[in-house]
Amino acid sequence: MKYTEEHEWLRVEGDVVVVGITEHATTQLGDIVFVELPEAGGTVSKDDEVVVIESVKAASDILAPIDGEIVEVNEALADTPSMVNDDAIGDGWFFKIKPSDASQMDDYMDEAAYKAMIE
Amino acid sequence: MSDLLQTPLHDLHVSLGAKMVPFAGYSMPVQYGLGVMKEHIHTRTKAGLFDVSHMGQVKVTGAEPALALETLIPVDIAGLPENRQRYGFFTNDAGGIMDDLMLANRGDHIFVVVNAACKDADIAHMKAHLEPDVQVTPIADRALLALQGPASEAVLSSLNPAAGEMNFMDVATLSLNGAECWVSRSGYTGEDGYEISVPNAEAEGLAKALLAHDDVEPIGLGARDSLRLEGGLCLYGHDIDTDTTPVQAALLWAIQKVRRAGGERAGGFPGADVIFAELEAGALRKRVGLRPEGRAPMREGVPLFAATEGGEQIGVITSGGFGPTVEGPVAMGYVSVDLAKPDTKIYGELRGKRLPLTVTKMPFTPANFKR
Repeated sequence: MKYTEEHEWLRVEGDVVVVGITEHATTQLGDIVFVELPEAGGTVSKDDEVVVIESVKAASDILAPIDGEIVEVNEALADTPSMVNDDAIGDGWFFKIKPSDASQMDDYMDEAAYKAMIE
Repeated sequence: MSDLLQTPLHDLHVSLGAKMVPFAGYSMPVQYGLGVMKEHIHTRTKAGLFDVSHMGQVKVTGAEPALALETLIPVDIAGLPENRQRYGFFTNDAGGIMDDLMLANRGDHIFVVVNAACKDADIAHMKAHLEPDVQVTPIADRALLALQGPASEAVLSSLNPAAGEMNFMDVATLSLNGAECWVSRSGYTGEDGYEISVPNAEAEGLAKALLAHDDVEPIGLGARDSLRLEGGLCLYGHDIDTDTTPVQAALLWAIQKVRRAGGERAGGFPGADVIFAELEAGALRKRVGLRPEGRAPMREGVPLFAATEGGEQIGVITSGGFGPTVEGPVAMGYVSVDLAKPDTKIYGELRGKRLPLTVTKMPFTPANFKR
């Protein structure tokens, strides 16, 4: 797993990268009540705002961590946004992206570096 | 952070794992371990304990404190029976609302509870206009707790059975856990419950005695806000302020007939002429409840429109968020009066898109008071 400073996690599964937010992020955000996902099939650039999440407290934007094509989104979050709180690194994933330049992943932290950042 | 004030329960909040945030000059718990959503649901189903010691408690004493307060507040205070409480607000010369408050007739004085952010201004306002005929005395040596939710009666009755005999908006002095408490059967959640003024030194002991009950959890300001929003209750500085009148705010129910035009003690408060004229002519805008379609919350500041495209803005959301009991987004705001009828469909502009909302009667959740 790789981690961004924006508290996203990236997990490589074959030729796609699964993206979600960390448990630390969900704890900070509080109960998540709404997730707006992009359309599958679209192309995004790094730092595009691709997901909007609303917690009981506020709205936050989730940025695309890398360039690529959104190949799948987690439709289940539309009805059950609380899955992000309950299983941030599992069932609470947001989207799968097919990277156009996999080397962009190299810029991100490993687990040890991320843990050090949030401490 | 060091200049933030602390309530007598500060150490207890920290020991309970509260997340503390600055609010109205105080360090206050926004949530505990359960989180906002579960704290909200717990209060609606069992009982929640809130620290509201940041609010202002004031005694108004003298020969005729009720009549004196009626010169600032458009509410029937002189006709309030002993040991009864009611809602009110200070108005300004333009008919705007300076703060909203609770008033209780305690026999030899009127007990007033005002909002934390306004308390210094409110006390100065009362002193400037009412002294020396009556005395305005802020009470700094008492904390204020709120116990809210359907289990409140059973919980408080276990400390003093007299609590169970009180009706909604009754006030009494009760001994609770050895402390002399001023108790009212009221609150800010839409649920049955009590507000308890307790001497500072005994506040933590009382809070712990209440929390020892299986049905009671500590509840933070986050859930306090979602509970009052579902209850259709105004938050001062957001849903009402000096730019809104009681007519626009749909708070005319709080101005009893005796204070209205033609009443025995009509007018005599700041802005009476403006409020009466607006009452006669009808307000141009009105505070209403709003239910956004779908799941996306619409929060304070979202502009409202009559159609999906074009047209002038017809209103704005003043409070909004997710209602855990409603299981969907809820909001309130002001709309032009022709669009204020229940079931009217309007649109809120969110992230560049106009999304539908329906004007809805409040409260969003049925009020559950002991009448």
